[in-house]
Amino acid sequence: MLTYIAGRLASTVLVMGIVAVFVFLLLHLSPGDPAAIIAGDNATGDQIAAIRRQLGLDDALPVQFFRWVTAVLQGDLGISIFSNEPVAKLISQRVEPTLSLALTTMTVAVTLAVSFGVLAAWKVGTWIDRALMVVSVIGFSVPVFVVGYMLIYVFSINLRWLPVQGYSPIEQGLGPWIERLILPSIALGLAYVALIARITRTSMLEVLAEDYIRTARAKGVANHSMLLKHALKNAGVPIITVIGIGVALLIGGVVITETVFNIPGVGRLVVDAISKRDYPIIQGVILIFSGVYVLVNLAVDLTYTLLDPRIRY
Amino acid sequence: MSVIAAEPPIATAQPRGAQLRRFARRNPTIVAGGIILSIITLMAIAAPLFTGDAITMHPAQRLRPPSDVNLLGTDHLGRDIFARTVYGARVSLFVGVAVATMSITLGLMIGLMSGYFRKVDLVVMRLMDGLMAIPAILLAIALVALTRASVSTVIFAITIPEIPRVVRLVRAVVLSVREAPYVEAAIAGGTPTWKILLRHIVPNTIAPLIVQATYICASAILIEAALSFLGAGTPPEIPTWGNMIAQSRLFLSRAPWTIFAPGIALALVVLAVNLLGDGLRDRLDPRLARRM
Repeated sequence: MLTYIAGRLASTVLVMGIVAVFVFLLLHLSPGDPAAIIAGDNATGDQIAAIRRQLGLDDALPVQFFRWVTAVLQGDLGISIFSNEPVAKLISQRVEPTLSLALTTMTVAVTLAVSFGVLAAWKVGTWIDRALMVVSVIGFSVPVFVVGYMLIYVFSINLRWLPVQGYSPIEQGLGPWIERLILPSIALGLAYVALIARITRTSMLEVLAEDYIRTARAKGVANHSMLLKHALKNAGVPIITVIGIGVALLIGGVVITETVFNIPGVGRLVVDAISKRDYPIIQGVILIFSGVYVLVNLAVDLTYTLLDPRIRY
Repeated sequence: MSVIAAEPPIATAQPRGAQLRRFARRNPTIVAGGIILSIITLMAIAAPLFTGDAITMHPAQRLRPPSDVNLLGTDHLGRDIFARTVYGARVSLFVGVAVATMSITLGLMIGLMSGYFRKVDLVVMRLMDGLMAIPAILLAIALVALTRASVSTVIFAITIPEIPRVVRLVRAVVLSVREAPYVEAAIAGGTPTWKILLRHIVPNTIAPLIVQATYICASAILIEAALSFLGAGTPPEIPTWGNMIAQSRLFLSRAPWTIFAPGIALALVVLAVNLLGDGLRDRLDPRLARRM
């Protein structure tokens, strides 16, 4: 068990190392001079030379990489080309809205998706099952921004139930905070709900066919207790895996959702950086988001061993 | 193949219409997805024959609601939304097919090498793990932001993050087939490695790859639209669904059709491709079908 955990940690470090190499090389393997790319089309030779000096682009690649990784490990993600502020500071200022959006979405989506999945598996073959699966295919196909604008149009512009866009920090009251997170969370969570509900249904169906479920039924265990205690617990591993894998979907969606709903989060930061070609910001955000994804999946893998005593490495 | 050959002559003697109806009843998702997709593809190809101009601006006719002249209304520059939506299908379908073809081809080659040669495997799989850890949209944004925005850059940027998924799939098939008795027999018989890969291993990857290709196509269409929407995709002068939505965002309350027409078209195409994929998966890959 301990060797398994140690091995899993080592592979996480390795993967993050490879991610770092990719993110570093993105800028350096691109066709043309990175300094010229960052400086834009109308830059003079002096401006390009200044950027070269600022980024230390005149050194050998391995030297640059080593310097960059050392800095990153100390929490220094470089300086924004456009605003001249540290990237780490710019990101940390934007963390609260993004984290609020991601966590509310995950909580609501997982609760709904698992309930839907269990319901569909319990009522397999009925109209409830079929309707839920149709909704899940649709949820998987409609893009986040289309759902977002439809929600804004119906609930904010026509019905005027909810504010149109924006974000209200949590210290300014829970009411406004939740009010502005409802629509973005629905838009962002739809695909995630679809994904998790499908896996939950399949996994539950497999478990419900097992002998011990028949035994539980035969000895008269109540339906809800059988579904939740006997079946769902044993169907948990694939569900938790997909919750972890789906975080990638969620991260991509956050970037789009924040643009649709004008939420000043990390996603907006990176979208604004695209047009300004503020490469240190793009690199920093990719590195942070990939790190979050890798850590979530590490946590998922470690949860297995707690959840399912049959898994022993 | 032997199953079809063994069917009684009565079945093959059925009129074609009855055969088609039976196929449709057994594979409703393939048929539904296929029909929607064929109609949209035909419309995209024949666009100049039945739609107006998608590019020219008519400032006097800006933000007109849907009418007889402009079937789906006009945008803030007076351009016809119907024409732009139909032309937008061209870019979306082209990107979807191109990304699926390229990522399957590259992924197949890398996956074969990785699965068959153990030394290659160690390095390649670590690289793929790293690549998979970067969220696809972010990686694509970074790749597009580096180069000049064009349709080919977008295709390249979406292909890269899709490759690891194909590699993993192919590698899994190779690993399971490599130990099969007929492959061992071929090795013992002195068959050259390239021939073993091509004759004995590649055919096993085809069914799962066809299914995977449809899912990659759907995801590529979504990512292309998202990139254009975020301003990191196709150049703004090309009518794509993502560009149309991005350019109309300020007019949501005054002219919702400018956003909903391309949005619904996008959702419909992705839905059709997903339905096709689900149907093909159930037909071609029963093992995967049970897992999903």
